Amino acid sequence: MTKLAEWLLALSVLGAAWVTLNFNLLGLDLPPPLQQLLWPLPVYLLVVFGCYSLATIGYRVATFNDCEDAARELQQQISEAKRDLALKGLKF
Amino acid sequence: MAASGNKRKSGDKYSVLLPTYNERENLPLIVWLLVRCFRDSGYNYEIIVIDDGSPDGTLEVAQQLQKIYGSDKILLRPRAKKLGLGTAYVHGMQHATGNFIIIMDADLSHHPKFIPEFIRKQKEGSYDIVSGTRYSGNGGVYGWDLKRKLISRGANFVTQVLLRPGASDLTGSFRLYRKDVLQKLVERCVSKGYVFQMEMIVRARQLNYTIGEVPISFVDRVYGESKLGGNEIVSFLKGLLTLFATT
Repeated sequence: MTKLAEWLLALSVLGAAWVTLNFNLLGLDLPPPLQQLLWPLPVYLLVVFGCYSLATIGYRVATFNDCEDAARELQQQISEAKRDLALKGLKF
Repeated sequence: MAASGNKRKSGDKYSVLLPTYNERENLPLIVWLLVRCFRDSGYNYEIIVIDDGSPDGTLEVAQQLQKIYGSDKILLRPRAKKLGLGTAYVHGMQHATGNFIIIMDADLSHHPKFIPEFIRKQKEGSYDIVSGTRYSGNGGVYGWDLKRKLISRGANFVTQVLLRPGASDLTGSFRLYRKDVLQKLVERCVSKGYVFQMEMIVRARQLNYTIGEVPISFVDRVYGESKLGGNEIVSFLKGLLTLFATT
């Protein structure tokens, strides 16, 4: 199954569950507070997911390591390499 | 020498594939770093330079390096013109004598000092693939501004959500593969550019290959120009959606 199919399957299962409960197709007669919660639930979930995404990306950007030491070390090694290669007879 | 002697006896050999295009300045430096790294760590190795007809004379410099380090250590597999990365790997692998292949960029953004860590990691879990990652542990980047970091993290997040690939760095190209695994993967991959590396990992998961990860520091191009424009982003998204719909 492709990832697309997995997504479609999951979304349709959730969608079907929501429709069933929301329109009382099984005759479960949920208490009114639950019904009020259920109706906008997809939008709530979408907003929660959006917030989670933004927070995660923001956190990861903020904590993305800057490898200053690696860059400095590389510069030193480049000078060393150039001297050594020149000694070995390399013409740049 | 005793320690290095033991490692040689393990029978493993590592072929480093270096696809190059206009890397005249960087090639001697990356080769020097590679040679020193392997000499210090004692692993058996060879470096295969696949130059795609660089007009700046990369091949000529590679020939000089071959004279300095020996034709058993530096192999030249030039091609007449610029062709895809996947075919460069196939081309380079044809004459590779190692049972492991290391792929990395020749522009010094990937430092050979991580190779011994890749090898240790591979042996530790007997992994089929070890991938360098900029996104976890002590991994990181140098020379990226906020915008670049944001795009990179954003693209990575979207990819993780859509594909759940089981590896943190999909677009990185510093990796160690078992030779037969790389061969099988390259056969199956059709994408180009950034998406190619991503597809390799996604297909690897499909084929149930095991993937280990080693944090790496990515130092953006010291010489030459880095590329990330609108076109790259669009082709990345297209590639991502293709993989999403087909794998």
